[in-house]
Amino acid sequence: MKSYAIAAILLGTALAGNAALAETTITIESWRNDDLPIWQKEIIPAFEKDHPDIKVVFAPSAPTEYNAALNSKLDAGTAGDLITCRPYDASLALYKKGQLADLSDMAEMKNFPEVAKSAWQTDDGAHTFCMPMASVIHGFIYNKDAFDELGITPPKTVDEFYADLDKIKADGSYIPLDMGTHDQWEAATMGYQNIGPTYWKGEEGRKALIAGTQKLTDPDWVEPLKQLAKWSNYLGDGYQAQTYPDSQNLFTLGRAAIYPAGSWEIPGFEAQADFKMGAFAPPVQKVGDTCYISDQPDHAMGLNAASKNKDAAMTFLQWLGGQDFAQIYANSLPGFFALNSAPVDLKDPLAQEFLSWRKDCKSTIRSTYQILSRGTPNLENATWAASANVMNGTQTPEEAAADLQKDLASWYKPQQN
Amino acid sequence: MSERTPFRWHIAVFLAPAVVIYTLVMIIPLFATLDLSLYSATETGTKFVGLENFRTLFGDAHWAEQFWNAFWNNVWFFLINMAVQNPVGIALAALLSLPRLRFAALYRSAIFVPTILSFVIVGFVWKLILSPIWGIAPSMLAAIGLRHLFEPWLGQETTALTTVALISVWQFIGIPMMLIYAALLSIPEEVIEAAEVDGITGMAQFWKIKLPLILPSIGIISILTFVGNFNAFDLIYVAQGALAGPDFSTDILGTFMYRTFFGFQLQLGDPNMGATIASVMFFIILIGVCLYLFGIQRRLRRYQF
Repeated sequence: MKSYAIAAILLGTALAGNAALAETTITIESWRNDDLPIWQKEIIPAFEKDHPDIKVVFAPSAPTEYNAALNSKLDAGTAGDLITCRPYDASLALYKKGQLADLSDMAEMKNFPEVAKSAWQTDDGAHTFCMPMASVIHGFIYNKDAFDELGITPPKTVDEFYADLDKIKADGSYIPLDMGTHDQWEAATMGYQNIGPTYWKGEEGRKALIAGTQKLTDPDWVEPLKQLAKWSNYLGDGYQAQTYPDSQNLFTLGRAAIYPAGSWEIPGFEAQADFKMGAFAPPVQKVGDTCYISDQPDHAMGLNAASKNKDAAMTFLQWLGGQDFAQIYANSLPGFFALNSAPVDLKDPLAQEFLSWRKDCKSTIRSTYQILSRGTPNLENATWAASANVMNGTQTPEEAAADLQKDLASWYKPQQN
Repeated sequence: MSERTPFRWHIAVFLAPAVVIYTLVMIIPLFATLDLSLYSATETGTKFVGLENFRTLFGDAHWAEQFWNAFWNNVWFFLINMAVQNPVGIALAALLSLPRLRFAALYRSAIFVPTILSFVIVGFVWKLILSPIWGIAPSMLAAIGLRHLFEPWLGQETTALTTVALISVWQFIGIPMMLIYAALLSIPEEVIEAAEVDGITGMAQFWKIKLPLILPSIGIISILTFVGNFNAFDLIYVAQGALAGPDFSTDILGTFMYRTFFGFQLQLGDPNMGATIASVMFFIILIGVCLYLFGIQRRLRRYQF
């Protein structure tokens, strides 16, 4: 009996040693099935060129099924070696269950700013469990041809922003601001979270909210809602029933002048639109004010704690944290920006414009994503409804803010006093 | 002693497939759902909590507000269906059964076709028709000079639920129409002739002779509408999304249950609370059906021909 066991161990070691010498195959779990060709044609060949002994398989599933599928694969022990991490609580839960390895000690972590890592850290910031990959930046994309035709320039301040909108509205040939409230998340994500950081001063306000020293009813948090209420004067006819695809099509068909955007729109818009496009950052309140941008970490990669090919997987993660990957990724998917602090040489002009704001503006993340959406009622979902209500005129900004604060305080301790 | 009647095995054998399949896909999941609603997830695993989830659903201010909002929206959704779909369905059936109507088969098929369409198609097509941007509704109204009457109906809290309910009516009007049509056709000629001999014709004939004879069918249609509406989910999900906007004004029990069970965006799914809502839906339907069976069905007079 015993000798069999020893033989088995010896055989196992021999096989493992053999495999390491020859070729190790590592598998990546992901929800980015849209990116499959880019992984197969650009990213994996670049890695395998430097590491011929490691073979990488990118095995994505459908975005809507990813979380459930990944959880059951991890529980059953059949998940891949590398796991693409959703930001915040979904991945934190996996780490807490011991399914994602702690990567805090990796040297490459120093290549990333704190904000980038915050999406994949424990609440105290002591442990990081995923290597940041890409983020999306909010701002406004505009129709350059329309701007030239009307003789207006991209606004720097809020006053200039409304002056431009007034001119577009007076001219009447374009919808000044292209957004609908039907799907609700546009109002919250491209509206509230886009311009909000300017008022609540980015990370400063966001952290104060988490600490409980600021409230959603404070003027800094109500003001973005007031701005959204003002936006509704410049939206298209029947914007209450305008959906997200409607907004995208209106813009790419050249019927609207300004589109409150996320950088993920860039590849799609460039393929569809036959006019010149430009981008401007969320306008500041007064000339000379610091500008803030929402620079939302969107995906990262972690190590399956039960992986049998940890060495090979770590090698891949080290490469992922370096400059080469950042370069390839940002250029093959313009609009998804590498989170690496080192400057990246981007070729797409519109993506360059978005990325350039990182130099002058302070980055922050969407205020509702970290910690504050853990309870019921869920603050993120409540913010969707509140932003849409304010734009539809069914709630005043003050009422909406009071409701949000009430929802949050109902379960979040630091906000209860 | 006479021979004992042998056990009639063939009955069991013939019943078995239906019983087994029905048990597997309906009865076991139903009890599993009821069971699931008695547990709650904690840090250490799930534990039995009795009726605690139901207490949360009705007692916690936030949950109760969401639940009653969904419930009353569901009631309104049902009332619109009852008040529009069934009378119009009966009227259409009465028209179709007129002996001199031309192209009856064509009308019958045309009105019935939406019923066999997928919810996804219906929701998407109506969203497009009513779209203020690409829709044909605004231009059709403009063509008859009534453009000012157009509103983004699906995007306004005051109109969204009624609009979706009317879309549901449009989709399912074929069902009451066909059932009533069949009932009307099954009324024997002698009865109609006898009525005519007595001088009852036209509208009076419909109200005094035909309507009482089709009442049992109307009862069945009402209960089908009730069960269908309190189980509804698909159309709202397709047309308005899982958040059933604007501001939950189109949220019905089905969408509320879906959001709770599977989670939505940053809201993590809670299978136990989801099962609780599903159980409550089951009880609402059970009570409704019982009220109908014992309160109404028994009093309906049936006529044997």
